[in-house]
Amino acid sequence: METKLASPWVKVIEGLKAWARINSPWVIHYNSGSCNGCDIEILATLTPRYDLERLGIKIQGSPRHADVLICTGPVTRQSRERLLRIYEQMPEPKFVVAVGSCGLSGGVFHGSYNIVGSIDEVLPVSAYVPGCPPRPEAIIHGVVALLESLKQPA
Amino acid sequence: MDLEPNKKFVVPIGPQHPALKEPGHFEFAVDGEIVTGATVRLGFVHRGIEKSAESRTYVQNLYLMERVCGICSHVHGTAFTIGVEHLAGVTVPPRANAIRVLVAELERIHSHMLWLGVAAHEGGFDTLFMYSWRDREKVMDILEEISGNRVHYSANVIGGVKFDISEEQRGKILSSLDFLEERTRHYLKVVNEDETFLGRTVGVGIMTREQAESLGAVGPTARASGVERDIRVDAPYAGYEQFPVRMITDTRGDLHARFVVRIEELFEAYRVIREILDHMPEGELTARVPRRIPAGETISRVEAPRGELLYYIKSNGTDMPERVKVRTPSLCNWGSITSVAVGHKLADMPMLLVGIDPCFSCNDRTITIKSAGVDLGWTWEDLRQHGIEAYR
Repeated sequence: METKLASPWVKVIEGLKAWARINSPWVIHYNSGSCNGCDIEILATLTPRYDLERLGIKIQGSPRHADVLICTGPVTRQSRERLLRIYEQMPEPKFVVAVGSCGLSGGVFHGSYNIVGSIDEVLPVSAYVPGCPPRPEAIIHGVVALLESLKQPA
Repeated sequence: MDLEPNKKFVVPIGPQHPALKEPGHFEFAVDGEIVTGATVRLGFVHRGIEKSAESRTYVQNLYLMERVCGICSHVHGTAFTIGVEHLAGVTVPPRANAIRVLVAELERIHSHMLWLGVAAHEGGFDTLFMYSWRDREKVMDILEEISGNRVHYSANVIGGVKFDISEEQRGKILSSLDFLEERTRHYLKVVNEDETFLGRTVGVGIMTREQAESLGAVGPTARASGVERDIRVDAPYAGYEQFPVRMITDTRGDLHARFVVRIEELFEAYRVIREILDHMPEGELTARVPRRIPAGETISRVEAPRGELLYYIKSNGTDMPERVKVRTPSLCNWGSITSVAVGHKLADMPMLLVGIDPCFSCNDRTITIKSAGVDLGWTWEDLRQHGIEAYR
């Protein structure tokens, strides 16, 4: 049975949800065919110099706990199904950040027989971080830009 | 290896898993806590680089080959350029060779420190992970300072290198090396003296010299088992003839030996870099290379941070190669995991996996086994169709 709340309450609850979401997004990382370069830069964002965790962002092992999927690399034919499965396991609302030139367009691997293409051909992508590989600052900027965009009322 | 799923409990891990940052699927058959069988399923990041190389020019291929692996991109570029230079009959100026070795050793430092952190993380020692990655940023700073990029430095061009080392950069590199050397000494102390860490590493995953040789292990994994195999010493390439390295080996063959060998290699890398900076040959950075490479075939071998890397290049006289074959060290080392794992506790598996410093992006490939009388020459269309059918 659905409970209908009075409209001021809905507004308060929605605001609370958005506040919680923006301040502690849990992130899952999947490499769908990347060369590793973006992955080590994502790992570098967690380590002391960049320390993404100070923004409340935590890398999470299970897709069922994650809000944001950080995806690197072009999508290979073999990892396509896995990528979709991970995305489907994530609870709503969910967002995808594509990291690296390959994730954006296929990069140097464009046209190869085993590449499906860029990440946005498989999943809806909310933020794109270009670079080969993007600097850790750029990755942080991408995630923060995504969080900022959530502050706007939908 | 047969898993017998009806009799044993099988623990599947991956391809998406919190431990490693790259996709690989493992199945461990366990009896209680003891692993009785292990299989690896690779191929999630197979991108078809070797085939793609045939439709790109040599210059384009250089950038493609660097992206075989993000951690050891320079050695891939070096192996490819050495092969193409050999085909074209070009002699690389000595200064370019020295810079190639310099960047290769910097890359080895970054790769080994990265590995030290990840390996410590798998052992539940996150403090060491954070410390080693903090210090690794110093190497990344040097690489960025000299090349302009933190990963994929693109130091090589066919016939030489792209950038020079200025006097100012030399000073910066030397001061960073002093810091790194001091930190590395600390890590060696931690690895050798920390009791909990020793409990996870000493006597775990012992691979004898005979095993290492029969399984075809390469690089630090083999050297930790006493196999004296290092391309930098056995068949010096680029500037390694002028700046020789000392081979580091250990006879114990356990996880601890692999830690010690890699950390000792860091000291060797610092020494070689200092020597290069002190005795940098003068001269040009590049030699002229024709756009069309004469027909022929060649093999080039280099020592990547993970072991021997082999490139086979066949040219047909045009500006594109006819065939490029890459044999990467990680693939050679996988065999050691599946046989060494048996008899260990499941909890030791992450440490054992990381012990070989696995890199998935460079070992995912398609293999066809040629049967007698059947021609398996695959055309571009065949491969594309196979790629579509196989993973539908």
